[in-house]
Amino acid sequence: MAKRVVGLKRNVKRQKTGAKGHKEMRAFFLFLAPSLLGVLLFVLLPFMDVFGRSFKTVVTSQFVGFQNYKTIFANQAFQLAVKNTLRFTIICIPLLVVIGLMIALPVSKLKSAGTIKSLYLFPMAMPTATIVIVWKMAFYKQGFLNLALTRLGELTGLWGAVHTDYLGSSASFWVLVFSYIWKNTGYTIVLWLAGILGIPNEMLEAARVDGASERQCFFKIVLPNLKGSLYTIVILSFLNSFKIYREAYLVAGAYPEQDMYLLQHLFNNWFVNLDFDKMAAAAVCVGGFLFVIIMLLQYLWDSRD
Amino acid sequence: MSRKIKDIKRELITFLLLLPAVFVCLPIIMLVTGSVMSNGELRQHLSPVFSDALDYISWKIVPDYPTFGNYGKLLFMTPQFFVLFWNSIKMVGCILAGQLLVGVPAAWAFAMYKVKGSRALFVLYVVLMLLPFQVTMLSSYLVLNKLGMLNTQQAVILPAVFSTFPVFLTYGGFRCIPMQLLEAARIDGAGELRIFCTIGLPLGKSGLLSAMVLGFLEYWNMMEQPMAFLEDKSLWPLSLYLPEITWAQAGYAFTTSIITLIPAVFVFIWGQDYLEQGIIFSGLKE
Repeated sequence: MAKRVVGLKRNVKRQKTGAKGHKEMRAFFLFLAPSLLGVLLFVLLPFMDVFGRSFKTVVTSQFVGFQNYKTIFANQAFQLAVKNTLRFTIICIPLLVVIGLMIALPVSKLKSAGTIKSLYLFPMAMPTATIVIVWKMAFYKQGFLNLALTRLGELTGLWGAVHTDYLGSSASFWVLVFSYIWKNTGYTIVLWLAGILGIPNEMLEAARVDGASERQCFFKIVLPNLKGSLYTIVILSFLNSFKIYREAYLVAGAYPEQDMYLLQHLFNNWFVNLDFDKMAAAAVCVGGFLFVIIMLLQYLWDSRD
Repeated sequence: MSRKIKDIKRELITFLLLLPAVFVCLPIIMLVTGSVMSNGELRQHLSPVFSDALDYISWKIVPDYPTFGNYGKLLFMTPQFFVLFWNSIKMVGCILAGQLLVGVPAAWAFAMYKVKGSRALFVLYVVLMLLPFQVTMLSSYLVLNKLGMLNTQQAVILPAVFSTFPVFLTYGGFRCIPMQLLEAARIDGAGELRIFCTIGLPLGKSGLLSAMVLGFLEYWNMMEQPMAFLEDKSLWPLSLYLPEITWAQAGYAFTTSIITLIPAVFVFIWGQDYLEQGIIFSGLKE
């Protein structure tokens, strides 16, 4: 009996390399075809068109070489937008990662964390448009934040009434940071939790038996085992960091205070003004930059194991 | 004794975690309160916004005179609202149905057939999934223009149908199906399509549903696409219309917010397990 099973298995293997391989290839492409055609038609081919346009003028379609690229890199709005977007990403992502971990660690020790997780996840379900009115009330110059600060000042006697206009000053950048953290902490916690609960308990028990302190357990066992989760969290937070444009646009419109002017604003304004040559060059630059970053992250992750 | 201390410590931790969690949900509570406040009371609370005086706006968690007046006005006297609500439902529905039809078989192909070049294609899909809308905005515009779809809802629906994010999520679900099961089915003579329908779909259900839940929340909230490709305001989804309401109509804004929120909350509560699973799937290594 056992022999027959082995024989069967060998048979399957042999088939796979021959006619089976062809069959597999056909099935693969049949299942993939609708999606791949759509991606080609809606994304890849037009992006090649955009690539071509980035070397041409917008009206006459005359070939101008790298002129458009030179224009955007000399453009002050582009420089400002790149600076702000980088600043936003560099501040937000580490902050989000750390806050998420700080909440996920104690949550992982609780028996029933369902409610807490749901509460933190809930902002993810809230459409941006519904939340903007609350942000306006909170960060308005006569809003709740200033009210709270004023009361605190009265209580401690350290400062008087506060009337900062958070949406119209450089503080607006921090309003964006706050609203990003508010919206994205939930899924970060879920991802960290999945990572933490995936660490085999025996490993920690064994370390404790050997006399490791909780601190040592955390730094020597928990953290190194969470590298995979970290990669995921960074990628997803990065993907979502571009969606902060919704909040920024709704709170302050197409031309906000300059600390809040992001690449997304710039693309949108170029689009509205039909500056397709600049837009094409910028799309190629940003797309290329992201491609390199993603490949680098993938490489780092692959070389991990 | 020490057990008791441990219990107290645990409860303290729970409490300390619950506190910021409640704070996180505070904006929702405010929206609910605002939606049942009378216009007079709202104006009183928000008067500093209109008068430019130095005092602060105020709020009450329980309104003095709760009323459903604004709901009544919105639901019975604003036919325009239904047009927008229907627009949102229609667009999200079409996008999700399209993603199911196109994305799920694609995910199956990537998960089950390890043929030459499939990995490179998959990496391409991942990169496309991570590109922000602004980078592909011009290319979408060019192709939609060529197809004559600008200023129609198809302009929002079609590019979203071919988004690669649901492919990635569903792939996560399919990958958990053991290969031996497929081999066994093949030996029994089942065709590839039949294997997909009778083994793949039922077993990959959780990945599929999580893609739908995450997709719903994403597209119910979409703004960039309709803003760029829909000029005619009667085609807009609710999410774009809402911010057009001014302070002077605050009551109306709160009520509309709540009604916009209801479907999302419903999906969130119903699909929370899938949502969490989807978040985890999105992190699976290929």
